[in-house]
Amino acid sequence: MPSSKRQWLWFLINIVILAGIFTLVQYMIATRMLNQYYQINLASMCINIILAVSLNLINGFTGQLSLGHAGFMAVGAYVAAVCTKSMDLSFIPAIIAGSLAAALAGLIIGVPTLRLRGDYLAIATLGFGEIIRVILQNIEEVGGPAGIVGIERLTTWPYLFLATVITIIVIQNLINSSYGRAIISVREDEVAAEMMGVNTTWYKVMAFMIGAGFAGLAGALFAHYFYIIKPDTFNFLKSFDILVMVVLGGLGSTTGAILAAIFITVLTAYLQAFPAIRMIIYAMILILVMIYRPQGLLGNKELTRKTFSRFWGGSA
Amino acid sequence: MRMKRCVAVLVLALFAMGMVAGCEQKAPNQATPAPQAGEILVGLNCELSGGVASYGTNAANGAKLAIDEINAKGGVLGKQLKVLERDSQSKTDEAMNVSADLVSKGIVAQIGPLVSGAVAACTPVMNENKVPLIAPAATAPGATVDEKTGETFPYIFRACFLDSDQGVRMAEYAYDTLNMKTAAIYGSNSDDYAKGLAKYFKEAFEAKGGKIVAQEGYVSGDKDFKATLTKIKAAQPEFIYVPGYYQEVSILIKQARELGITVPMGGGDGWDSPDMITVAGAEALNNTYFTNHYSVQDPKPEIANFVKAYEQKYSKTPDSFAALGYDSAYLLAEAIKAADSADPVKVAEALAKTKDFPGITGTMTFNEKHNPVKSIVVIEFKDGKLVSH
Amino acid sequence: MVEFLQQMVNGLSLGAIYALIALGYTMVYGIILLINFAHGDIMMVGAYVGFFSITMLGSNVFVALLFAMLACAALGVLIEKIAYKPLRNSTRLAALITAIGASLFLEYVTIFFLTPQQRVFPAEAFPMHQYQIMGLYISNKDIFIVVLAVILMIMLQYIVKRTRAGKAMRAVSLDREAAMLMGISVDKTISFTFALGSALAAAAGVLIGLYYGTINPLMGIIPGLKAFVAAVLGGIGIIPGAMVGGFLMGILETMVSGYGSSMYRDAVAFGVLILILLIKPTGIFGRNDSEKV
Repeated sequence: MPSSKRQWLWFLINIVILAGIFTLVQYMIATRMLNQYYQINLASMCINIILAVSLNLINGFTGQLSLGHAGFMAVGAYVAAVCTKSMDLSFIPAIIAGSLAAALAGLIIGVPTLRLRGDYLAIATLGFGEIIRVILQNIEEVGGPAGIVGIERLTTWPYLFLATVITIIVIQNLINSSYGRAIISVREDEVAAEMMGVNTTWYKVMAFMIGAGFAGLAGALFAHYFYIIKPDTFNFLKSFDILVMVVLGGLGSTTGAILAAIFITVLTAYLQAFPAIRMIIYAMILILVMIYRPQGLLGNKELTRKTFSRFWGGSA
Repeated sequence: MRMKRCVAVLVLALFAMGMVAGCEQKAPNQATPAPQAGEILVGLNCELSGGVASYGTNAANGAKLAIDEINAKGGVLGKQLKVLERDSQSKTDEAMNVSADLVSKGIVAQIGPLVSGAVAACTPVMNENKVPLIAPAATAPGATVDEKTGETFPYIFRACFLDSDQGVRMAEYAYDTLNMKTAAIYGSNSDDYAKGLAKYFKEAFEAKGGKIVAQEGYVSGDKDFKATLTKIKAAQPEFIYVPGYYQEVSILIKQARELGITVPMGGGDGWDSPDMITVAGAEALNNTYFTNHYSVQDPKPEIANFVKAYEQKYSKTPDSFAALGYDSAYLLAEAIKAADSADPVKVAEALAKTKDFPGITGTMTFNEKHNPVKSIVVIEFKDGKLVSH
Repeated sequence: MVEFLQQMVNGLSLGAIYALIALGYTMVYGIILLINFAHGDIMMVGAYVGFFSITMLGSNVFVALLFAMLACAALGVLIEKIAYKPLRNSTRLAALITAIGASLFLEYVTIFFLTPQQRVFPAEAFPMHQYQIMGLYISNKDIFIVVLAVILMIMLQYIVKRTRAGKAMRAVSLDREAAMLMGISVDKTISFTFALGSALAAAAGVLIGLYYGTINPLMGIIPGLKAFVAAVLGGIGIIPGAMVGGFLMGILETMVSGYGSSMYRDAVAFGVLILILLIKPTGIFGRNDSEKV
């Protein structure tokens, strides 16, 4: 919570800015200034931001490379879709159920695998992500490989906006708390952290679970926006998509992840007719960023008021 | 350090090359918005790349041929039809994106996608924006009907028969004509299309007194079917029904013959592709049958003319998807004429009233579910040739 | 019984392909501790080189194999120089992400230039003969694939154990610094390893084309992952382990499809991987040694 007068002021300004963005977009949708095509991309953007910020918690802040994020998204999408479609639950409980189910999946997968290190962990999470997909393919009640068709479109701009803002605030506050410092200490030097009395396994599992839960949230929103979900949508290439955003933005920078998610969504929309070029650009981003800036474009820095004021040379 | 610089230059060069190539191809696509006074925009949302590219490409070719013919004869209502073509990459979510894009450009109607699942993804977009969609080949029964309420979608139409009819036809053919009493089913589990065919085949075959001795599934993209085929062989079926798409089915049949499975096999219109013969080989395909929309060898003059015109333009033989794409475009043109307007809502109303429309793939009259009532051909592969029954 | 033996035959031919790909994974991991994600895609490039040399140059299968192996050996070395070498001293995660990038790059550059359509491998290149032995159906392709795989593996084993280059490879893998001090050129040795591994992958690519009849730009992903699992199963970094792991993997998958459900085949592959990682991360043939701090 803000303490000084000045901080209060900034807090209020932030609220006003957010409310402004929200109202402006809502107005543009209501007056049909944003046609359906832009609306779809706007939805993808919000969903991508949630995915990138949540994966960044695992990959960037905790330093555990997970390649199974799409699997958790799938869990959230399926559970939420089943809730609204078969169990006639309303949307908010369905979103919550989807997120919790994904967090639970994160816990179940995290406990055994997070003992592994580095690339072994990466491969194990990739394997688990694929197993989730294959299991979904084999459940006839959710349509098997053909997936669930005809999900009601319940995801609207207010939900998308709110979910995105909540994700960012929760993860940002977590990182700035004492938990966050423990999590970052795991990334910096696991052995040293352990020596200092940090229960590294517990912090790794917790970060993994929270990240998975938000991926589930993104999945629930996705399912109720795009009418259709099928297991193939959530294969490991989807996980790589999210990884590209995190790597591009900077491993360990929330603002970086947000900017990268926005950039990648716009790029995808612009190159819609040329998927090959998009993927070639992805590949180059991964290689070049790793060779020249292994910490990502923003590194672990955040883009804040200070960055801007320094840029403009004034004092804020 | 020099190494690094070399790499950077190389990568940048490649990048620039990609962008330039991309822009070159992009130009004709992007420069077409805003319908002009003398034009009516028709959206083509087909699978031009990806898993079922053969269907989408051929249907789009068929539709473009029809539209060229219509325009050459002076267009519709004194206006030329202009095609806006987009690729859905054989992905359902991409199909929906493309639909939204096309609709926002002001099209009168959309032709495509081909695959039932992709049509289902586009359906809400079309219904919300009140623009009709003609699906050339979406054979899933649910494509035109809201399965929850049983109501017909007002803006979704199709130019083909249904999976239910197709599965039943093959069951009849196998049981009555080929005199097979036991059958195995080994179909794709990846899509509603193949699962629907398997279901209706099974029901009809069992209702006749036949026995299904084994039922297995594969996932699209599979390449090794030998293990499951060996298992099916042990069940000793007299007939194997393989509903699915040509990419997997062609390899599957080849491997079945390699394992000494000589029994007849059957499938649906997903088999209709020249790749069947090039991949499986003429010999392996002997004694296999599939249900289809039309036969290239039909001597009727309108079919012969179509085949000739198509071969002239694209230098290949039109498969049934080309014929269905062609029919879809003519269906649309007729509806615009009947409505005497290029307003999508009026065109949809006129489409629903289509009666005795003479298509290449049969005479069409839409029933209350926007399904044309038409006949099904059974085609046999014989030494690499298609023989219709 | 006949059915079981037939499934073994099916499993062995599939396993031979996995084994060939797994060898490359294992060698690269053994020497620079990198999971070379692009390995499956090098196999894909090999399949295309084989395809074009048969269709455009009209060469026979063996010449096509040779072309593919040479081209991919060069490609493997090139990828190592461009993408992996600059990262040799950074974290393993950075190298892994780069490898994912290299993989995507190969796939989509191929799609860009050659379209995503599948290509039909000319059947005439390798006329099929069918043999029926005691109710078992075996084709000359099955025999060719297994025999060729075994020959290539024996050659590899010879190179690694009996030649100077092989000795250098083992030395670098054991201790890079010490090897360098003994006058071994680490760069050359790593290049040589990539060349060998990529050549084997190319051979696997051409074999897949011959065996299944179609190739496409994304064909390397799944066999690549499966082969990686096979390498881990046998003990990553250990050459005989990759061979055994490959064959085991092929047989296991076939048995799951044959006696269970083919729909669970992929889950079983990854399940095995996770079990191995959790129970004995060093694999069947691996020694247990703990990670140094």
